[in-house]
Amino acid sequence: MLNVRRDICGYCGCCVSVCPEGALELIDAYLAVDEKCTSCGICAKVCPLGALEVTHEK
Amino acid sequence: MKSKYDVLVVGGGPAGALAGRTAAEKGLSVLIVEKRPAIGAPVRCAEGIGKEALHEFIDPDPRWISADMTGAAIVAPDGFVMRLDSALAGGKVGYVLDRKIFDRELVWKASEAGADVAVKSRAAAPIMENGAVKGARIEFAGKTTDVKADVVIAADGVESKFSKWCGIDTTVPVREIMSSVQYVMTDIDIDEHATIFYLGNDVAPEGYLWVFPKGKRSANVGIGISGKKSGDGHRAKDYLDRFVKKTFPDGKTIEYIPGGVSVCRPLDCTVADGLMITGDAARVVDPLTGGGIYNAMYTGRLAAEVAAECIEKGDVSKKALMKYDRAWRESKMGKSIERNYHVKEYLIKQPDAKLNDIIHSVSKIDMQDFSTITLIKEIIKANPKLVLELGALAASLR
Repeated sequence: MLNVRRDICGYCGCCVSVCPEGALELIDAYLAVDEKCTSCGICAKVCPLGALEVTHEK
Repeated sequence: MKSKYDVLVVGGGPAGALAGRTAAEKGLSVLIVEKRPAIGAPVRCAEGIGKEALHEFIDPDPRWISADMTGAAIVAPDGFVMRLDSALAGGKVGYVLDRKIFDRELVWKASEAGADVAVKSRAAAPIMENGAVKGARIEFAGKTTDVKADVVIAADGVESKFSKWCGIDTTVPVREIMSSVQYVMTDIDIDEHATIFYLGNDVAPEGYLWVFPKGKRSANVGIGISGKKSGDGHRAKDYLDRFVKKTFPDGKTIEYIPGGVSVCRPLDCTVADGLMITGDAARVVDPLTGGGIYNAMYTGRLAAEVAAECIEKGDVSKKALMKYDRAWRESKMGKSIERNYHVKEYLIKQPDAKLNDIIHSVSKIDMQDFSTITLIKEIIKANPKLVLELGALAASLR
């Protein structure tokens, strides 16, 4: 699943623009992730601050 | 806020403000909704704009101009500095704006013209009827209100969702998002009247690093790198921190600004039934410079002009609204985006040695003015082989 590090996120919306599923939305000052997220990691790659991480549950 | 408007504008940046103002001036009822609690903040911009471009929309005002640019410099990967500061500029070139104040001014002007404005009000979903956009569901402080409109103008920026909800694919390819960070720095040694661009695959892969003065000893120091080149340990912030540590070790950062800038081609189609898409949401940022303020104002105004005509005629179908799409593509702005897209695609593929060659060769020329187009022409003139590599594009510029 996708984990948003709120302490790092600068809520800029860079990730929202590249999400192929439309699963992210920047709602004022926080990033919302919905059930369409496939944990593809594209957003985590482009984040200028490194605020997003795909975690794999064991 | 009423429950029905002629035009609903989603987003209160330069595109939305110009759309709202123009619609109001045409006698339409219009509402601008902005999801943030304040117009103009947080800033997501390097704030540079050409003087002539700005003057098309508003007279310059010292209240929202941070610095007056009379020159520029490009720093090659090998450190060679090409200066573009001569008397030939004739007082032109550009401004570095204070977007917090500038954006407010634009929205003020829209409201003076008669537009309603609602902040911390988010368009949460479109209202659709028979496949046509008929308004939006607006959320404010836990309350939801349906606002109907003949035309919705999406001006919701790089993180745009509205057109996606209406079925239009707005996804930016990973390699064409500029992953960006900017620090507003003070107490640094800079040329307060020149913008500086640093190029190089070690400095800013497939992008550039900029120093845009904000006044004496203060500047926007930022970077954009391709999303493709971004990852753990080599993100935009990592590159910028390295540069700042080396170049401005004693500077203070008073604002921390992340962001994303699209450098892809514009959307294939920027209208649908009852919907028009403008500015960054339409992906009309200049792909070479990353500049988007002018293009946002231009498309915002044009969208409202066409919306007014179509509402007057009682036809807001996609077919009728296509006049807007065609008009901006055929405009100077549309052609410049297409041309600069090719130049960008060429430049990002060049190794540092080639970039050095290009910059060294152009530096020997007395430039007539500072525009991007002049620079491109000079690059081609100085590098005749480029004509072959850039093909028909180069030929069309000669």
